[in-house]
Amino acid sequence: MCLAIPALIESIKNEEADVDMGGITRRISLRLTPQAKVGDYVIVHTGYAINILDQHEARETLKLFEQLAKAAEEER
Amino acid sequence: MADRILLAHGSGGKLAHDLVQKMFVDVLGNPILAKLDDAAVFTASGRLAFTTDSYVVTPIFFPGGDIGKLAVCGTVNDLAMSGARPLYLSLSFIIEEGFSQKDLEEIVNSVKEATDEAGVTIVTGDTKVVDQGSVDKLYINTAGVGAVAPGLNISGSNAQPGDEVLLSGPIGDHGIAVMSKREGFSFSTKLESDCAPLNDMVADMLAASSNIHCLRDPTRGGLATTLNELAKQSEIKIIIEEERLPVRDEVLAACEMLGFDPLYVANEGKLVAVVAAPDAERVLNTMRKTRYGKEAVILGEVVEGDSGRVVMKTHLGATRIVDMLVGDLLPRIC
Amino acid sequence: MKFLSEFRDAGLAKGVVSQIHRRSKTPARFMEFCGGHTATILRYGIRQVLPATIEMLSGPGCPVCVTANADLDKAIALAQMPGVIVTTFGDMLKVPGSHSSLQKIKAEGADVRMVYSTMDAIHIAEENPSKRVVFLGIGFETTAPTVAASILYAEEKYLKNYYVLSTHKLCPPVIKALLASGEVNLDGLICPGHVSAVIGSRAWDFIARDYAIPCVVSGFEPLDVLQCVDMLVTQVEEGNSKVEIAYRRGVRPEGNPEALRLMHEVFEPCPAQWRGMGTIPDSGLKLRSTYQRFDAECAFDIDPGPTREPQGCICGDILRGVKTPLDCRLFGNSCTPEDPVGPCMVSSEGSCATYYLYGRNSGR
Repeated sequence: MCLAIPALIESIKNEEADVDMGGITRRISLRLTPQAKVGDYVIVHTGYAINILDQHEARETLKLFEQLAKAAEEER
Repeated sequence: MADRILLAHGSGGKLAHDLVQKMFVDVLGNPILAKLDDAAVFTASGRLAFTTDSYVVTPIFFPGGDIGKLAVCGTVNDLAMSGARPLYLSLSFIIEEGFSQKDLEEIVNSVKEATDEAGVTIVTGDTKVVDQGSVDKLYINTAGVGAVAPGLNISGSNAQPGDEVLLSGPIGDHGIAVMSKREGFSFSTKLESDCAPLNDMVADMLAASSNIHCLRDPTRGGLATTLNELAKQSEIKIIIEEERLPVRDEVLAACEMLGFDPLYVANEGKLVAVVAAPDAERVLNTMRKTRYGKEAVILGEVVEGDSGRVVMKTHLGATRIVDMLVGDLLPRIC
Repeated sequence: MKFLSEFRDAGLAKGVVSQIHRRSKTPARFMEFCGGHTATILRYGIRQVLPATIEMLSGPGCPVCVTANADLDKAIALAQMPGVIVTTFGDMLKVPGSHSSLQKIKAEGADVRMVYSTMDAIHIAEENPSKRVVFLGIGFETTAPTVAASILYAEEKYLKNYYVLSTHKLCPPVIKALLASGEVNLDGLICPGHVSAVIGSRAWDFIARDYAIPCVVSGFEPLDVLQCVDMLVTQVEEGNSKVEIAYRRGVRPEGNPEALRLMHEVFEPCPAQWRGMGTIPDSGLKLRSTYQRFDAECAFDIDPGPTREPQGCICGDILRGVKTPLDCRLFGNSCTPEDPVGPCMVSSEGSCATYYLYGRNSGR
């Protein structure tokens, strides 16, 4: 695979951004995601944002998991 | 060039003499060292522990410490892990020609601070200066002597089925703090190395319980390697729980970014204790009252069977084998 | 970490696991293409919580493992040339080629440097104008655009000493070759998450259509993989074969058009040699003629000598999912992570290394 983790864009200068990944900061390239904005979460692979993370979809997926967990709990 | 270390500083001549006096004796001053005899002479009786280690960390200054502090804490901790009360240390430098005197001063001050905190004395030392390129800036070797109480038997081979495994706090701080400053890794974080002398905590633990079987500090190779050493030496199996494993967010994040497992990242101010079950809570509470043990946990237990193996119960309730570190920790992309 | 830790939650996992148990009735074989998924599955012990109806196979999705000896030998030969700095990701340092590894020749004095990003390789080229800096480009569609970007950076900076040795590989062609061979029978495919972030889930349509195999793109956290298995099980039970995404926060049907554009701007498809699978048409990437001056293959006269394959190593069969590491006589004996014979033992997400590290018996 390709190791990649979510990071929050804190500032952008030209094609580069400073991102926060859970308490560590690193400069990354936005060359592959020129539309990324401050406040976006991006998926970072080898110092490049390879995609913008869809926060809405992430929350929807988690909601689904919560419903499943609740259903499993009630079954017991 | 007045502010640089020259080859002549290690030659044994006047420059060397001045350096030793100004840089070491004045700062680390104590009657035994100040004698400047060929060997330190001191009185000790009973059982002694003796250990040595060399320090070659890169970079030599890192968040939360430097090579000087590390050289004291590392040796103090090795003594403490055998149950000894650390007493005397030696301090040897191998310095690259051209090294900054100011940096050396800072390192020696760190040594001073760490020895004061640990309550140990530097009683002998040595300085060598080598040609540029022969070493990377500066290496330190320390050796230490400590006193072991009569009857006390702490060893990696003493773990018994039924014992509890305690860990003094979050893992991986030192390794990640050092890496954050290394070429090719560069990321920034407020995280600091956990580098600290653990002898006071150990003294309190030993006072609280006479049923501490093993003590070990998980340095290079990380917690996983230390647990494996204990399991192999004692010929027992260790089960730890992922849920109880303390890891700071920053360490987790850096590990995710670089493809590391925090279990294999170095620590310099943590210890693992294997304690008879009835005393485990008491020892844990004692640890939590000390400066470097506030976040201590009971991580797992010692069981029979599968001798020499360490397994971890994962978040999902499954188990997996935790092996020793193999080779270097290299960042990876996949 | 936000958008990461939540997807490891044990409480939430229980719900998905019980749904999988409820739904799964038909025995099914799923292949996780990607080594990252193999690592997640073993690291979290996912096989142990799945019902006995589900069998998991590991696929050839580890770029390190599939790199052919011939390509490694070229990188090693380059690093032995005077005035050359070879840069690459940490993954590649330990991989044995025919006669040596980058790590070994580094110890012998070659200038081999590990980088985290191609941007670091560009910096090294800028700081060493008198040296020729070669980046050994490995990886799938996730990594190839970042290497393409580095070539564009080099062009914009008028760097005359930066070269790429491209051993990049493309995922859909190898899966196609694997399925066309008829060697493995699959009831479902776990598609690679970060490759799909770039190429889009649509790239897998042909598998569902032509081979009637359910496909679900998965992320790399345990909950992602469990959700993916649940979706595959549902397709199997309902007799469907379509492409779905269990990693919607990271993957869209169309992928990342800009990343694809850059990749195609710099690279064009070419035949590529895969370890254990031979040469597969259009499964590799080479630099387009417009960017030939950055191509290490053109700029250097590389003579790595004859290639030698390790004796008794079945990495090729393991990569094709035909055998598991436990079938290999070398596994755990003469081939260990300390002293690897084949690449699947080197890469920390190679099947052999993950089996070795995370449980010689928990693998199944």
